[in-house]
Amino acid sequence: MAKYLLKRLGYILVSLFFIVTITFFLMKAAPGGPFASERKLPPAIEQQMNEAYGLNDPIIKQYGDYLVNVVKFDFGPSFKYTGQEVSDIIKRSFPYSLILGLEAIFLALAVGVLLGVVAALKHNKFGDYIAMVIAVLGISVPSFIMATILQYIFAIKLQALPVARFESFAHTILPAVALATTPLAFIARLMRSSMLEVLNADYIKTAKSKGMSERVVTYKHALRNAILPVVSYLGPLVVGILTGSFIIEKIFGIPGLGNEFVVSVTNRDYTVIMGTTVFFSVLLLFSILVVDLIYGLVDPRIKVTDGGGKE
Amino acid sequence: MEQLKLNNADFEPISDKKFDTEKIAGESTSYWKDAWRRFRKNKLALAGVVIIILLGIMSFAGGPISGQNYYQNDLMNANQKPSAEHWFGTDNLGRDVFARTWYGAKISLFIGLMAALIDLIIGIIWGAVAGFFGGKVDEYMMRIADILYGVPYLLVVILLMVIMPPGLWTLIIAMTITGWINMARIVRGQVMQLRSEEYVMASQSLGASNSRLLFRHLVPNTMGPILVTLTLTIPSAIFTEAFLSFLGLGVPAPLASWGTMSSDALGSLQYYPFQLFFPAFFICLTMLAFNVIGDGMRDALDPKGR
Amino acid sequence: MKKLLEVKDLSVSFDTFAGEVKAIRGVTFDLDKNETLAIVGESGSGKSVTAQSLMRLIPMPPGKFTGGSIHFEGEDLTQKSEKQMESIRGQEISMIFQDPMTSLNPTMTVGKQIAEGLIKHQNMSKKAAHDRGIELLKLVGIPNPEARIKQYPHQYSGGMRQRAMIAIALACNPKILIADEPTTALDVTIQAQILDLMRELQEKTGTAIILITHDLGVVANAASRVAVMYGGKIVETGNVDEIFYNPKHPYTWGLLGSMPKLDNEDEELQAIPGSPPDLLDPPKGCPFVTRCPYAMKVCENHMPEYTELSDTQKTACWLLDERAPKVDPPESAKVGGSKVHG
Ligand SMILES: Nc1ncnc2c1ncn2[C@@H]1O[C@H](COP(=O)(O)OP(=O)(O)O)[C@@H](O)[C@H]1O
Ligand SMILES: [Mg+2]
Repeated sequence: MAKYLLKRLGYILVSLFFIVTITFFLMKAAPGGPFASERKLPPAIEQQMNEAYGLNDPIIKQYGDYLVNVVKFDFGPSFKYTGQEVSDIIKRSFPYSLILGLEAIFLALAVGVLLGVVAALKHNKFGDYIAMVIAVLGISVPSFIMATILQYIFAIKLQALPVARFESFAHTILPAVALATTPLAFIARLMRSSMLEVLNADYIKTAKSKGMSERVVTYKHALRNAILPVVSYLGPLVVGILTGSFIIEKIFGIPGLGNEFVVSVTNRDYTVIMGTTVFFSVLLLFSILVVDLIYGLVDPRIKVTDGGGKE
Repeated sequence: MEQLKLNNADFEPISDKKFDTEKIAGESTSYWKDAWRRFRKNKLALAGVVIIILLGIMSFAGGPISGQNYYQNDLMNANQKPSAEHWFGTDNLGRDVFARTWYGAKISLFIGLMAALIDLIIGIIWGAVAGFFGGKVDEYMMRIADILYGVPYLLVVILLMVIMPPGLWTLIIAMTITGWINMARIVRGQVMQLRSEEYVMASQSLGASNSRLLFRHLVPNTMGPILVTLTLTIPSAIFTEAFLSFLGLGVPAPLASWGTMSSDALGSLQYYPFQLFFPAFFICLTMLAFNVIGDGMRDALDPKGR
Repeated sequence: MKKLLEVKDLSVSFDTFAGEVKAIRGVTFDLDKNETLAIVGESGSGKSVTAQSLMRLIPMPPGKFTGGSIHFEGEDLTQKSEKQMESIRGQEISMIFQDPMTSLNPTMTVGKQIAEGLIKHQNMSKKAAHDRGIELLKLVGIPNPEARIKQYPHQYSGGMRQRAMIAIALACNPKILIADEPTTALDVTIQAQILDLMRELQEKTGTAIILITHDLGVVANAASRVAVMYGGKIVETGNVDEIFYNPKHPYTWGLLGSMPKLDNEDEELQAIPGSPPDLLDPPKGCPFVTRCPYAMKVCENHMPEYTELSDTQKTACWLLDERAPKVDPPESAKVGGSKVHG
């Protein structure tokens, strides 16, 4: 177990190193200085500011400094908002994204699995048909369109829910639903086909031949096995929710990390771009590790822990 | 015993008996025909094909039909509701939304098709090289692909859009720079399978019929997953384009895509929802059509599937 | 005395997109306490459908009974409700499947899979079921059962899994054990062990066994009676000696001919040429007519009745009609030196 974890951590560090390096040089290669989008500065002042941000050092030195600082979770000051540290921006905005993301993940998983199971149990019947129509629509309607539709109907027309911002639970409902739509549809389809496959498996016949009731067979034997592909989809799910948040937070005016990232991209606020990218990558790589560990718990054939056995 | 009227002639042996030994062999002959037959039965997928064809036609014919163009500003007539003159209304600069919608269709479909095509080309080269050489080459090539695959696609695309000059091809390049990986993996898997089956065939020394088997059985079977992936790449590229447009990273004006149109309409959603409705509707319709085609193809090409 | 199980004219069809697949058509056989009946036939002849019908495990739809009855201890199983069947499955009749790699639930420990039935049918506590599970694993010859019972199926070898399957099937002392090709997926050496185990357990428990196989070689030492199935029908039935030494149906001859022989190892095995009939549109007469070297005109349109050759042997073949030409079984069907497992 410990050995496995160490190995995985090693891989994560290598990947992170690549990501940090690539983002650093990409940002260096970007056209226009960091202040290009702002009002034209007199050359002398620009020179001074470049000096202050260490932009006149040789690139290798800048890179080295950057690596050291990243390890200390110090991404330097924002180029755009003077006086703000990138790490402070992250700390301030991340909680919003976290709450929203967790809500969306929960929603996608709960409803997606339910729809998929219903569809499989009512295979080729009305329930299946309805569930799959919902799923196909969910995949075809992009989250940002879903978001605007929801906003228009529930906030503007019906005035049932707040249009934007993040002040109470009610504020999170629409963005969470919009964020969850596509992954929810994916999970429903995944769950359906996996459940159909499992229901045809030999061990389901075995369970029936023991006299187990339909309910026990479905919930104790089939579900546990059918959910495995959904568990391995958790990695991509986190990625989807994360990148989805860029746009959803923008539409709903939520001051989360996704929104900060988008704003920094439009502002060419290089330190913030790099900081958030690195932070996102860390988040992702670790959630994928967690997902793998969960998978090991759910599927006994995957040996994460040590113990007896032949394989 | 049942009363049967039988005479001795009934007990003559059947002389000209042929054993139907080779009946099964004929089954794999028309893989594509079978697949096409199954696909045709899928009404939803057929509807998808019709929709795409119509969209394709309208992307060229749409502008001329309405007699409007997509770039003419007319501030006097801005934000008009759909009318006899402007069938889908006008946008905030008074441009005709109908003409823009079909112009946007051209751009969006072009981006989708190009992205899919480039993915296919790179994916086939990368995957085929890795699959054919196998061993160390394969291992390193796939390791590289794995690392790239681990980086979130949209994050990379956004970063690339930041550093490259805005434009249509920038968008396509940014999308394909990591988009090919999925295709490469599938091609590699198929090539590996092909190799192992070729090996089996060679060892059976079937001689001349090898090439026939190859084209009749193996190529169709390996083409299937590639085609399906290709079909599903198009909606995902259209999605990405719209996504980037929403973030303000889409194709620059005067070019217009469904994504940029939706994004422009977003600000006035409360007052002119129809401006968002048309481009958004066509994004969804196109993605839906490609998705059901892709699903239909998957079901048709894989007889084992449901 | 009443038989334990009497199957009469059982017919089962499947509704498919291509049409109605008539998987079995009028199957009749019976089973006594303590005996082993083998059902033999090529793949696709309807053996599994027969077996699963007995336990009402055929998914309906697409499957459906189109006729006949299954009397178990005098009661017709085709008329029972699903709830009533639940208390028969596993308790009165249980089943082992062909592939032990796929017939055990991969995410549940072997112990739990054994205990489930005990808890349901015998109202055992978890603890008691666990202890009984250990006993059962010991009974089927799994070493170190205390540790093994906590393991998952993937930690077992193929042979051990099939032993575990047997333990599950026998947990509640069923009156009938249906074994659907229990050894087909196993190595030859392990095959013999599993068959020995089943015979040994039958002596201990008195369970009647229906042994399904496509390999006549398996049958000789394992069964007392044999039913030969083809195209959804039983074409010949008899006790083991009759089927091996006095077979009358050309299909049985074919099966015997396709068994490996002891004396001439390197002789090509004589597979029966041709392929089984299309059950979407089965032949009107004898299902074997398209492949039978002795086929006569009558065979095409009329299904032969059973001819009773002895108290135990019945054969459905027109060759047994007095008007038919006399035909001797081919040399290949003589069992003299046949290699018989056991
Ligand atoms: N669910 C099903 N749907 C359609 N046909 C089926 C189904 N199950 C079995 N069959 C058909 O019934 C016939 C007998 O199958 P089976 O009993 O499995 O044969 P065996 O066990 O002797 O190899 C086969 O032709 C098979 O195609
Ligand atoms: Mg079978």
